[in-house]
Amino acid sequence: MRSRLTSFLGSLIVLAGVQLAVAQGSLGLPKTVEAGAAFSVHTAGSGKGVLYIVGPGQVLRRDVQLGEAVSFAPGDIHNAGHYLVVLTGGSSTENGEFDVTAVHQPTTLSFIAKPSRLPVDLHDGISGVAYVFDTFHNLILQPTPVSFQLSGVAGAPQTRTVTSKNGVAWTKLDSASKEGSAKFEARAGNVVDERIIQQVPGDPCKLKMDIRPAGQRLQLETEPVRDCSGNAVPDGTIITFTEIYDGGEATVDVPLKRGVAKTEMPAHNGATISVATGVVMGNEIRWGKE
Amino acid sequence: MTTGQIRKSALIACSVLAALFVGASDQSKVHVEPTDSVGPRTLEKQTETAVVRDYLQAWRSLSGALEQNRADLLNADFVGTAKEKLSDTIKEQSKLGIQTRYVDKAHDVQLVFYSPEGLSIQLVDTVDYDVQLIDHEKPQITQHVRARYVAVLTPTEVQWKVRVFQAEPE
Repeated sequence: MRSRLTSFLGSLIVLAGVQLAVAQGSLGLPKTVEAGAAFSVHTAGSGKGVLYIVGPGQVLRRDVQLGEAVSFAPGDIHNAGHYLVVLTGGSSTENGEFDVTAVHQPTTLSFIAKPSRLPVDLHDGISGVAYVFDTFHNLILQPTPVSFQLSGVAGAPQTRTVTSKNGVAWTKLDSASKEGSAKFEARAGNVVDERIIQQVPGDPCKLKMDIRPAGQRLQLETEPVRDCSGNAVPDGTIITFTEIYDGGEATVDVPLKRGVAKTEMPAHNGATISVATGVVMGNEIRWGKE
Repeated sequence: MTTGQIRKSALIACSVLAALFVGASDQSKVHVEPTDSVGPRTLEKQTETAVVRDYLQAWRSLSGALEQNRADLLNADFVGTAKEKLSDTIKEQSKLGIQTRYVDKAHDVQLVFYSPEGLSIQLVDTVDYDVQLIDHEKPQITQHVRARYVAVLTPTEVQWKVRVFQAEPE
């Protein structure tokens, strides 16, 4: 009987304590907490209770002594987001909300550079997108300067600094005029991520051939084939020679070898011989007499 | 077409889109802000519709997964960091004997970034939702919450999946 009375009185005290806490709105909550930081929640009243911190990013449950501060150690809450705080004790419940924000110190970049291979001298041909994350893989939503740099085989590096918006920064850069690998870097704070971009020669700019007679045949040879920036067009590029004569037509496709294309064609008097590659037309030569 | 006519057309398109999504997300009301200024890549209407549809579907998956403590329900709509973090939450809930029921009531979605190469799209959503906390099958509280979520979606074979899902202070 005595123990029952003690238990009943105890319950009354707990209930009173919780009700006091509710009445005073005493969940002393910070409005925002930086991810990974230590913080505490103040409770009022007396007796035992349970404190929940609930969000899609994390969930915590602590048995607490009402009237005491509940401490959370560094790293306990590390996922940025919006959290609901619920304190239960006896029959009463108190709640609140707070936000956990990303640490404003970039630790990881998610850097997407496209394309990985493109022709030289292309305006805005290369795009870079960088998402900025903190050490807990939270997207850093505060504006953060991100510096993009494209440095290649020739010329001064192209550099752009962009302030991130909603955690993302992006830029577009021109490909260099010389072929070769370029290093594309994104940097935020002390974090650097890099990609390699292959810059290849563009389409042939000018195509010119010469013809020399060789008995009953003609020897055809192009000058070294280059793009508009002077880069040698890669070997293997197909060059097409066409000969039109007396209502007949002959075509020879020749891959570039060491920068030039060579072939032989029959020597028809009065024939017209032309050269082309892709959409680029070269010169045209009329052979022999009319 | 005058600026006024363009604005009117955009508003009509937006209302039509919003009306389409009212049915899509069960009971939740969805409003999509006009997407005229989304860039740098041009956002086609078809892409916009697919992204919003898949994002709302992700909310349903999230809701089911956190209520039933089943991380496998996230597979269809989440990838990467978002999936890992939600899966960890589910693991923690299971360990503690907790379930949470998220019921989204209203979405105000604004697409804010479509990357130049088309590999990511970002949206900001002001969401009104209820959270019910259940501890060892005993409901503790149901609380209405309004929060601003930032989501990054990336394309997969057949749909857009949520890669980053994070609330920020309003």
